[in-house]
Amino acid sequence: MAGEKKTATSVTGRDDDGTTLPGSAGLPRGGPIARHADSEAPAPRVTVNKAYKMYVGGAFVRSESGRYFQVRGSAVGHDTDPPTVNVPRASRKDVRDAVLVAHNAKVSWAARTPFNRGQILYRLAEVLESRSSELEASLVRGGTDADDAAAEVDASIDRAVFYAGMADKVSALVATHNPVSGPHFGFSIPEPMGVIGVIAPEKPTLLGLLSTVLPVVTTGNTAVALASELDPRTAILFCECLATSDFPGGVINVLTGHPFEVAPIMAKHREVTGIDAWLSDAELRTQVERLGADSVKRAKTHAPRDLEFWLGERQGQGIGWVEPFLETKTVWHPVGL
Amino acid sequence: MTDPDRTDRAADRPSSDLMKRETAVEKARQKTAALALEFGKAWEYAPAPETPDHVKLEERYQLFIGGKWMPPKSGKYFDTVSPSTEQTLAQVAEGNAEDVDRAVKAARHAYDKYWGKMRGAERAKYVFRIARALQEKARELAIVETMDGGKPIKESRDVDIPLASAHFFYNAGWADKLDYAFHGRKVRPLGVAGQVIPWNFPLLMAAWKIAPAIACGNTVVLKPAETTPLTALLLAQIIEEAELPPGVVNIVTGAGETGAALVGHPDVNKVAFTGSTDVGKKIQRAIAGSGKRLTLELGGKAANIVFADAPLDQAVEGIVGGIYFNQGHVCCAGSRLLVEESVHDIVVRKLKDRMATLRLGDPLDKNTDVGAINSRAQLERIKELVLSGEREGAERFSAPCELPSKGFWFPPTFFTNASQSCRIAREEIFGPVLTIMTFRTPDEAIEKANNTMYGLSAGIWTDKGSKIFHVATRLQAGVIWANTYNKFDPSSPFGGYKESGFGREGGRQGLAAYLEVQ
Amino acid sequence: MPLFSAPAVNAVAVEERAAALAKRSIKKGAKVAGLKLSISMMDLTTLEGKDTAGKVRQMCRKAVTPMDSDPTLPSCAAVCVYPNFVTIAKAALEGSAVKVASVATAFPSGQSPIAVKLDDVRRAVEFGADEIDMVIDRGAMLSGDYAKVFDEIAATKEACGPAHLKVILETGELGSYDVVRKASDLAIAAGADFIKTSTGKIQPAATPPVTLVMLEAIRDHFYQTGVRIGMKPAGGVRTAKQALHYLVIVKETLGDAWLTPDLFRFGASALLNDVLMQLEKERTGNYQASEDFSKD
Repeated sequence: MAGEKKTATSVTGRDDDGTTLPGSAGLPRGGPIARHADSEAPAPRVTVNKAYKMYVGGAFVRSESGRYFQVRGSAVGHDTDPPTVNVPRASRKDVRDAVLVAHNAKVSWAARTPFNRGQILYRLAEVLESRSSELEASLVRGGTDADDAAAEVDASIDRAVFYAGMADKVSALVATHNPVSGPHFGFSIPEPMGVIGVIAPEKPTLLGLLSTVLPVVTTGNTAVALASELDPRTAILFCECLATSDFPGGVINVLTGHPFEVAPIMAKHREVTGIDAWLSDAELRTQVERLGADSVKRAKTHAPRDLEFWLGERQGQGIGWVEPFLETKTVWHPVGL
Repeated sequence: MTDPDRTDRAADRPSSDLMKRETAVEKARQKTAALALEFGKAWEYAPAPETPDHVKLEERYQLFIGGKWMPPKSGKYFDTVSPSTEQTLAQVAEGNAEDVDRAVKAARHAYDKYWGKMRGAERAKYVFRIARALQEKARELAIVETMDGGKPIKESRDVDIPLASAHFFYNAGWADKLDYAFHGRKVRPLGVAGQVIPWNFPLLMAAWKIAPAIACGNTVVLKPAETTPLTALLLAQIIEEAELPPGVVNIVTGAGETGAALVGHPDVNKVAFTGSTDVGKKIQRAIAGSGKRLTLELGGKAANIVFADAPLDQAVEGIVGGIYFNQGHVCCAGSRLLVEESVHDIVVRKLKDRMATLRLGDPLDKNTDVGAINSRAQLERIKELVLSGEREGAERFSAPCELPSKGFWFPPTFFTNASQSCRIAREEIFGPVLTIMTFRTPDEAIEKANNTMYGLSAGIWTDKGSKIFHVATRLQAGVIWANTYNKFDPSSPFGGYKESGFGREGGRQGLAAYLEVQ
Repeated sequence: MPLFSAPAVNAVAVEERAAALAKRSIKKGAKVAGLKLSISMMDLTTLEGKDTAGKVRQMCRKAVTPMDSDPTLPSCAAVCVYPNFVTIAKAALEGSAVKVASVATAFPSGQSPIAVKLDDVRRAVEFGADEIDMVIDRGAMLSGDYAKVFDEIAATKEACGPAHLKVILETGELGSYDVVRKASDLAIAAGADFIKTSTGKIQPAATPPVTLVMLEAIRDHFYQTGVRIGMKPAGGVRTAKQALHYLVIVKETLGDAWLTPDLFRFGASALLNDVLMQLEKERTGNYQASEDFSKD
């Protein structure tokens, strides 16, 4: 496992043998809590650190493999994290478990009315808004520039609102009545595909995850997403928002780990109908498309885009994000007595 | 009124009266089941062959590249054979990678120089011209389609050719309305489309592919199937006569290697393929990472679900049309019949009687219902799968029709007593072979229907409207025919779920495959 | 809540099937054989207020010998007249195998008391009618009084005695194929020997899809009992081409056994001359002029 390709610079990784991978040194760290207290001062309170876990089936779970990778970041505000944090490193079986959970959730999620899904997405926006400062701090801690972080959180909340209002408009935008020449009534309606695998872009770490996952689930798909390895903590904070919103467990599942490990597994998994992979590595993109062919997967791969793209109301969201993960079902019926 | 003791006692006591009555009912049932309708020769139809006299095929066809007929670089030609007579109809050029390269260059040139820049309204008129010419030459095209592919003339005459023309008409009208097609989103053509089509609906598939591609402003290199290249070449003549700018449509004949060269060509922007799931996967693999856009229309193993409350006589028509249309060489064929157990026997009985009236034979005869199997290789595949069905213990019934001594033939056949695990219930046979299974509840029907890697089409037969919507919503299939089957229209999107492919052909949705929508 | 139920009919699919059968190409020997067969199945009909003995006698002669110049042609199956002309027709047809059919039961509306209708039947049979073409009570059918429809047919059958009973459903008034099917099943269950589409007084009269629906009812009855019921499309069948189309429908729905005047009839008046014209065309190779054929 050692020596695997690394693409992110702010990530430190540890393999099972505990070897620290390169690329982690020199990041600033800090926080309001002095960790080496002066002996004469009153003994400082010892903080309770958060254990970061992946979000699968509405629960926070460790990797079944017991593997982890490490991230560092500068603490901002009331951040209790130690300088180095262990984050689960999703394994093959974690992907399998998450896909199973997403698969089991898909029928009831798709069966909900679009209005209901819209309500749930809107509730998510409310929860995000209420935790916006926390999200912003987390982004900064994860390496996002402070100015960008504020914009990113705002855009993320607005994106949730956008897709909340999209759920019950999709049909009106893409469905058709087909004026066939004959005594038949025909129509074509959009339907969710099933389980969609999402490899979220490295950056922006929060907006990228929302922008890729929400258009997938608004139409009734369920998602298994791999969060940016640059800042998995913000993704997990987002999952806490999910957990306290009205989203049923299993609809959005978020793994943490490495794209070069997770993306090929998703691409090969036959229960994953579509995949939306944002990968900086062109070869990995090709690999995902190639592996997906074994199950005729709807595989969409993308090279990284800049923040402006993601923030843009025309580019970063829209029906064009929803359509690739819809099937068209055409129904014919005779018109007669 | 309820007296549990009494009921219990009655249930415990073996009722000899009841048993006697049951035996009598069973006897009567067997007696009436033995009553057969006779479909003999009391009044036999005389042969009514469509005459191919005025159809003049050339001895040898070249490649159609850049508006010119060009000999293949390889210098090689292959025979195209009539599957009903095994006679060679013509020789056709075998295009190789160099020819494909010439064709793609011609298409690129045409795209850059004329077609990509042309106003939609002007493009439309060229496409309309093709539609009209197809109508004018309909009879000739139908005859050639039937000679080259073996399908009954009544199908090529009433389905293939009119629909091919309709696809050009339909898409022509879109050419100058693309700005409205996607709610104001900007669209632009993709460039050069490489298209590979199958042998089951040769001209119709060419139309499905070419019409939307060129209407949207792309240029095309099309490779027809090697067993049925003739109508695509006649279409090339029509395109020539319609005076389309040279290179907008190029036809390169050949076999699998030619197709592989086409989809693999680096200057192709879009690949469209209709054919087997195996080849579709190969193509998807081959073009991974190339940035080429791809649509695949692949195999199927459609469930045709007959509920007990359906009008059964019409359901039987739908079953027959679903599987025996075009000898079952139809990707959306209703090849699995799921019939509610309570009406299984009567449906099978009606089906047998209906099949006795199917007329198999000379595809050019206007009364022929079932034509020739497209090729010897396909016939062997059908035979192999039918044999596996027999080995697996399913019960075979074949229509009582005489098979001609020359050519490739297989009688309309069905299997009863089959289960989901049989190969004949799982694999696409692509022949006139139906596998019949039963179900008890709607949920079971849905579960069995979806129990396949394919998801192209499905049929539902019931008199209850709400049941249609309930079942249709739950079937994983791209086209659902309720109380009808095998209906096609250029305005109606067609394409699959799961391993039946992705992308849609037809309708507004079909345009998306040939446009960059921003 | 009516207890009687019958299978529903998918209208579009029935029409599609009937149209597909119309595309059978019947040429040469098959055409000649089919047209001759259709002559032998004709109930040559006149049912007008202005009918007279002279008109009926002329029609009877044509039924026996459709065209003097071609002795190979069969006679028609029957003539169909009002009860008042049964005696005249019977006399005119003496010595021939052509049957006399009489409409009865307050034809064409059926809107009379049952006693009057049965009396109508008995008298027609007394006059010598071999076959009785009755009408059902469409009002009762559409109001759901199936028992009344059934009972009237059963009573009529009884009143017929040895005469064959054809039950006219008047499909043009029934509104849908579902009701046509239901009426067919009722009529068959009540004792009809034949079921017949129309009186000829209501449009649409016989159509191929309506005929197909009725043939399907006959087929299901055969499947269940082995009993063969006859079919008679009437009204609207005017051309040789149409007649062949109906024969195709019968052949491919019920098979060989029904291709006989015993089980299939055409109720028609203008049809015969068109069939004769087509036969002459086949014989001579030339298209014919209508004035060359006797208009009896």
